[in-house]
Amino acid sequence: MSQVQSTTQTTTGHDNYLNHEKGLWSWLSTVDHKRIAIMYLISILTFFLVGGIFALLVRGALFNAKPEDKFWSYITPDVYNQFMSYHGIIMVFMVIVPGIPAVFGNFLLPVMLGAKDVAFPRLNLASYYVYLAGAALAVGTLFVGKIDTGWTFYTPYSIKTSTSVVMAVLAAFTMGMASILTGLNFIVTTHKLRAPGQTMNKIPLFVWAIYATSIIQILATPVLGITLLLISAERLLGVGIFDPNLGGDPVLFQHFFWFYSHPAVYIMILPAMGIISELISTFSRKTIFGYTAIAYSSLAIAAVSFLVWGHHMFVSGQSEFAGVLFSIITMLVGVPTAIKLFNWISTMYKGSVRLDAPMLYAIGFLFLFTIGGLTGVWLASTGMDVHFHDTYFVVAHFHYVMVGGVLMAFTGGIFYWFPKMFGKMTSDTLGRISWVFVFTGFNVTFFPQFILGAMGMPRRYFEYHPAYEPLNQISTVGSWLIGFGFLVALVAIIQGLVAGEKAGANPWGSKTLEWQTSSPPPHDNFPITPTVTAGPYEYR
Amino acid sequence: MNNWLNIITANAFMPIQGTEIAGKVDNFYAFLLISSLISSIILIGGMAAFVVQYKRKSATDKTAYITHNTMLEFTWSFIPFVIMMVIFYWGKVIFNELRSMPDSASAEEIHVVGVQWAWNFKYKNGIKQYTKDNDPNKQVMVVPLNKPVKLVMTSNDVIHSFYIPGFRNKQDVIPGRYTSLWFKADKPGEYQVFCTEYCGLQHSQMPATIIVKPEAEYTAWLDSNKPSMAASGDGGMNEMANKGLEIYENKCRSCHSIDGTKIVGPTWKGLYGAKREFESGAPVDADENYLKESILNPAAKIVKGYPAAMPPYAGQLSDDEITQLIEYMKVVK
Repeated sequence: MSQVQSTTQTTTGHDNYLNHEKGLWSWLSTVDHKRIAIMYLISILTFFLVGGIFALLVRGALFNAKPEDKFWSYITPDVYNQFMSYHGIIMVFMVIVPGIPAVFGNFLLPVMLGAKDVAFPRLNLASYYVYLAGAALAVGTLFVGKIDTGWTFYTPYSIKTSTSVVMAVLAAFTMGMASILTGLNFIVTTHKLRAPGQTMNKIPLFVWAIYATSIIQILATPVLGITLLLISAERLLGVGIFDPNLGGDPVLFQHFFWFYSHPAVYIMILPAMGIISELISTFSRKTIFGYTAIAYSSLAIAAVSFLVWGHHMFVSGQSEFAGVLFSIITMLVGVPTAIKLFNWISTMYKGSVRLDAPMLYAIGFLFLFTIGGLTGVWLASTGMDVHFHDTYFVVAHFHYVMVGGVLMAFTGGIFYWFPKMFGKMTSDTLGRISWVFVFTGFNVTFFPQFILGAMGMPRRYFEYHPAYEPLNQISTVGSWLIGFGFLVALVAIIQGLVAGEKAGANPWGSKTLEWQTSSPPPHDNFPITPTVTAGPYEYR
Repeated sequence: MNNWLNIITANAFMPIQGTEIAGKVDNFYAFLLISSLISSIILIGGMAAFVVQYKRKSATDKTAYITHNTMLEFTWSFIPFVIMMVIFYWGKVIFNELRSMPDSASAEEIHVVGVQWAWNFKYKNGIKQYTKDNDPNKQVMVVPLNKPVKLVMTSNDVIHSFYIPGFRNKQDVIPGRYTSLWFKADKPGEYQVFCTEYCGLQHSQMPATIIVKPEAEYTAWLDSNKPSMAASGDGGMNEMANKGLEIYENKCRSCHSIDGTKIVGPTWKGLYGAKREFESGAPVDADENYLKESILNPAAKIVKGYPAAMPPYAGQLSDDEITQLIEYMKVVK
């Protein structure tokens, strides 16, 4: 049991981080990690809404195969390509990559470690504004020139297109900078600011996950930054790096891009896995099975993730030998991933399982991530991937991991930590209703896409063969269900903020440190620095 | 027309099989499907069973304190590892077969050029464009049945990708270099071609069709569609090589012989496909990409025993002309 020597159990009228200072400026200029987390939460939910609207528009446009049947004549091929690009860029760079670390990492990491704040509070605030500047640049392209390259910016198309590629890549560059600053902050915090007695094997698994993520962030993101600057240099100055007409190599870009963007997949999923470890343990009232295995498998995934980028390029013209090599290394990522799934499920064995809204989201994660993970093994195999590459099979696979994995965990995390963040409970009924729609809608949307991919439907198609129409229509209907589900979740959050029941310090009966302080936590997190004498999951 | 997609005859939603390899891919697919179903049932079923079985009864439930089980954890790491190695190896065998090009002598070579936004198919006898119903948007590639076909592909602008679902094969088509793809169709009929690398505005508007005909019909088709002024097939010459010969006469013959004698540069006799050794660097086979590089940027690889005397031809020859020149080198034996 996390032994906290002194816990305060005061009322919500107590001095807490929300009422410690007043006024808008006190928020905008705050260096309190909890307030920064809330500002990130608001920004990211806003961008999630925008990215989600683009997703609904894309799915709407795909309801019919032929352009003349499309629901809105405004959506021509170039508008479709823009919608598809904005959906990808917003969701990847502005929502999923920063999402869990910036919101939950910021709010919880110091509290889980018994610290007063992150190691570099001002840097933390700076990273928020850097992120916001990057996001503003990205959104700015909507008003100047738009963008139609997809989120991948593949050359030489991104060199030749007339849209605002330079602005968009600078946006991604800037947001990458924020990501590096945040990662750096978390690594130092984890090493230097743990409470007395809290050894590395007593930190919560969420912290382990964020720690592994931060390592990837600071090592991989610079490569993306350099690559994006090279694109800008080529477009603005005509330096021939990627354009074969100038003596460049277009496939080189793919190597650079995926050297970041494959590890980035783990930047997205590892923190989600951290949340799931917390949720499963708390709602099973049981110590996590295989703490060490889960913690080290995060590091293993982080390490191996740097050596698998070529599996995006089996048909790109890279050598056959390279393809085979990347395939076998990719299989190795499957092992630590499988370990985690087995560990979570075993944690429920002989537990005391309660299906509150956060746990439903965790269960949804396990279900969807199992499918996403297994189909990942299919795609890692060279012979199968040649058929599936760049078809809807890949689209379905990564949405099962990114949405079914990351967003399920993110939403579960919101319902779980909402009482801690705001001192109020959300309505469990609304939370469960939102889960039913998100979970069902997700499968209705993306499962048919596996079949479409097997049937050979390529991705990023505005107009498609009529034989693919029925499954596309099912998929579009599913997207409406997801949209409705997230709307219900939003209502639940607003209802909780406005009229939520008052939450105690530890409404879920959890053992980790953040639940040992009052809800919402005081400005300095703990009245007295806690001393930790036991692990974070000691349910006995 | 849609029979390539007929899901009733196809194997669990895969398109109909147009090649022998497609059958092998589908067997592998069936294995993946079944093993994944079993894994899902174990994982998701286990999860569901525990949720029901260990439902919380009271807020003070005592739970078992199980921290780990080394033997169990080793087992569930090792078994997936073994299964994944099987999947890796099975995939690799298929991949090697998909990527092992038939030799030029036995295969029918067809050139593919991707442009924004169409596929151009060029035959050695000079056929440049063949469309269905005289519709320029319905590009057709006619290929012989039961004979290996090798596509030598390049792009004029951005990256495209040549995908034939019925053959379970695809390959990116890249500007500035050649990539290749091969298949041996074993059922006559029509097969859909898609572009699968996002290439801009009309990315979804570059479908083409491959029509597989018995070899006799194919030869008849080749002859009846040959451009009237094209050269005859004497001495292995063909229309593309003929164009290459003209370029050779104008630009190359003062330094490169075609009969094996050494002038300034290496002879072209038997050059295509031969192993080349250089003043520095590892030896390579003289394939299309090597030859193209040596024309555009000769200094990149200097053949052992020859001076670095050749001027670069970048900007002086079009991509088409380089392809024709290489076609000519192929017939100089």
